[in-house]
Amino acid sequence: MTENVAERIREILDTIYSSESRQVLATLIRLLGDFDAAEEALHDAFAVALEQWSRDGVPANPRAWLVSTGRFKAIDGMRRRARFDASLVELVKQLESSASDPEARDDESVADDRLRLIFTCCHPALPPDAQVPMTLREVCGLTTDEIARAFLTRPPTVAQRIVRAKAKIRDARIPYEVPSATDLPDRLDAVLRVVYLVFNEGYSASSGGSLTRHDLSGEAIRLGRLLIELLPEPEAVGLLALMLLQDSRRAARTSPTGDLILLENQDRSLWNRDQIAEGLALVERALTSRRFGPYTLQAAIAAVHAEALSAAATDWARIVGLYNLLLRVEPSPVIELNRAVAVAMRDGPLAGLTMIDAILARGDLAKYHLAHSARADLCRRLGRRVEARAAYEQALALTQQEPERRFLARRLAELPG
Amino acid sequence: MKYICLGYIEEKKWETKSESERNAFIDECFAYDDVLRKNGHLVGVEALQGPRNAITLRFQNGKVSVTDGPYAETKEQLGGIFILEAKDLNHAIQLLSKHPGVRGGDFINEIRPAADLTEMIRESERRRSATKEK
Repeated sequence: MTENVAERIREILDTIYSSESRQVLATLIRLLGDFDAAEEALHDAFAVALEQWSRDGVPANPRAWLVSTGRFKAIDGMRRRARFDASLVELVKQLESSASDPEARDDESVADDRLRLIFTCCHPALPPDAQVPMTLREVCGLTTDEIARAFLTRPPTVAQRIVRAKAKIRDARIPYEVPSATDLPDRLDAVLRVVYLVFNEGYSASSGGSLTRHDLSGEAIRLGRLLIELLPEPEAVGLLALMLLQDSRRAARTSPTGDLILLENQDRSLWNRDQIAEGLALVERALTSRRFGPYTLQAAIAAVHAEALSAAATDWARIVGLYNLLLRVEPSPVIELNRAVAVAMRDGPLAGLTMIDAILARGDLAKYHLAHSARADLCRRLGRRVEARAAYEQALALTQQEPERRFLARRLAELPG
Repeated sequence: MKYICLGYIEEKKWETKSESERNAFIDECFAYDDVLRKNGHLVGVEALQGPRNAITLRFQNGKVSVTDGPYAETKEQLGGIFILEAKDLNHAIQLLSKHPGVRGGDFINEIRPAADLTEMIRESERRRSATKEK
C-alpha cells in the first residue's frame, strides 16, 4: 500500500519535473541570486516532495510549494554554514527578508522569471559558444550530452563552457533581469537564435529512437509566444511563424512505426490547420513590417509549402526566389543546399545535382548527412544507380538519428540492383 | 561593486583633431565625469600621459631592467582608467555607454570587474602572523 503511494507520487513528480522544474529553477535563481544554489535547492525540493507528498498528499499548487521549499532548504543550509562562515550571516538575513513569501508574488513576476533567465543566459558578456548551451541547460533542462550532440562537440567541452559562464555571471555580476527598452532589440537576436535551436532540438532530435521531441518544440513555441508578447519585433514574429508552420507537419512527417516521411510524400490532411492559419497570419504580419530578416524569409518558404495542395502543385519558382533573398541576408552552405533542392524541383534533378556537387566540391557539407541524401535522391531520379547507392551509404554512415537511418536503409534497399 | 574601465585610444587619431574639436571633447568628458561623481558612481579616474613617456620594468638575469616604451606595442594604447561603482554589470555598461569618450568613438573600452581580495588578504595576514610567532 505505502509502496503504491510512493510509486504514484514518484510518477506525479516525474511529470511535474518535466513540466515545471525549469520554471521553479528560474524563480529560485531570482530568489537566491545564484545559479548553483538554485539548482541544489531545486533538487532538494524534489527530494523533500517525494517524502512529504507520500505522507501528506500532493499540494494544491505544486510549483509554488517547490519554490518555497527549495528556498527554505537553501536558506536553512546557508544558515548552518553561517555558523562557521561569518560572511554568510549577512546573506542569510538578506535572503530571509527579501520576497519573504514567494507564493504571494504576482504571476507576472513568476512568468518573467523564465524571460530573465533567457536574457541572462544569452547575455552578450558571455561567449557565444556558451550562450546557447547555457540556455538549453538552464531554461530547457537539456542534458549536457544532448547539447553536445546538437552542437557536434564533446560533453566535457559543453560542461566546461557552462561552468565558466556561470562563474562569469556570478563574478562579473551579470544581473538577472529583462534588459531595458533601449537594449532589448540588440539582446533579442541572440535569444531568437537560441529559441530556434531549441525548437530544432525538439523537432528533429539529434540522436535516439524518436524523431520528434514535442515537449521541446512546444517549449520553444511557448518561448516564442512569450517573446512576441514582450517585444513584437518582426523577426520574433517571423520565428514564431516558422516554428508553427514546421510543427504543423509533425503528425505527417513520421509513419505510425516512427519512420520518416518526406515533405513530398506526406499526407497533407494530417497537417495541423490551426497552426498553419496562425503561422500564415504571422508571416504576413512580419513581411508587411519590411524590417524582416532570415527567420521571416524561412517562414515565408514554409508558408508556400503550407498553402500547396501537393508537392507537384507547389510554387517552386517562388521558393527559389525566397531562397535567393535568404542567401543574400544570410549566406550559408545549408541554405545553398536547400536552394539546390528547390531548383531541382523547378528545373529538374540535373540542375539541382550540379549545384549540390559544387557545394560538396568546396568541402563545406562533406560531413552533413542531408547533403549526401539529397544528392542520392537526385542521382536516383536520374537513374544513376551506382552513384545513388554510394551517396545513400555515405548519408547512412553520417546520421545518428534512428528514423533517418531506417529511411535511408529503405531507400537503399529499394534501389534496383 | 567596482568595475575598472580601461580606455584605449589611437594617439594618431587624437593628434589629427583640431584644437576646438579637442576642447569640445574634453569639456563633454569632464562634464559627464562630474555627473558620475555627483551620483557616487565615479570612484577614481586617471588620464595617462602618452606611450612615449611609458617605462617598462622587467626582472631579467637577476636584476630589474628598465626600458623605454609601453609593454605592448599596439595601435591603440591605454589612455585612461576609470573606476566605476555600479550595481551590476548592466549598470556599469549603461554608465560607461553614456560617456562621451565611448560615444564619440575615440576610445575602445574594456570593463574588468574588480576582484574581491578580502579573503585572500585575511589568509595572507594569518600566514604572516604565524611566521612571526615562530
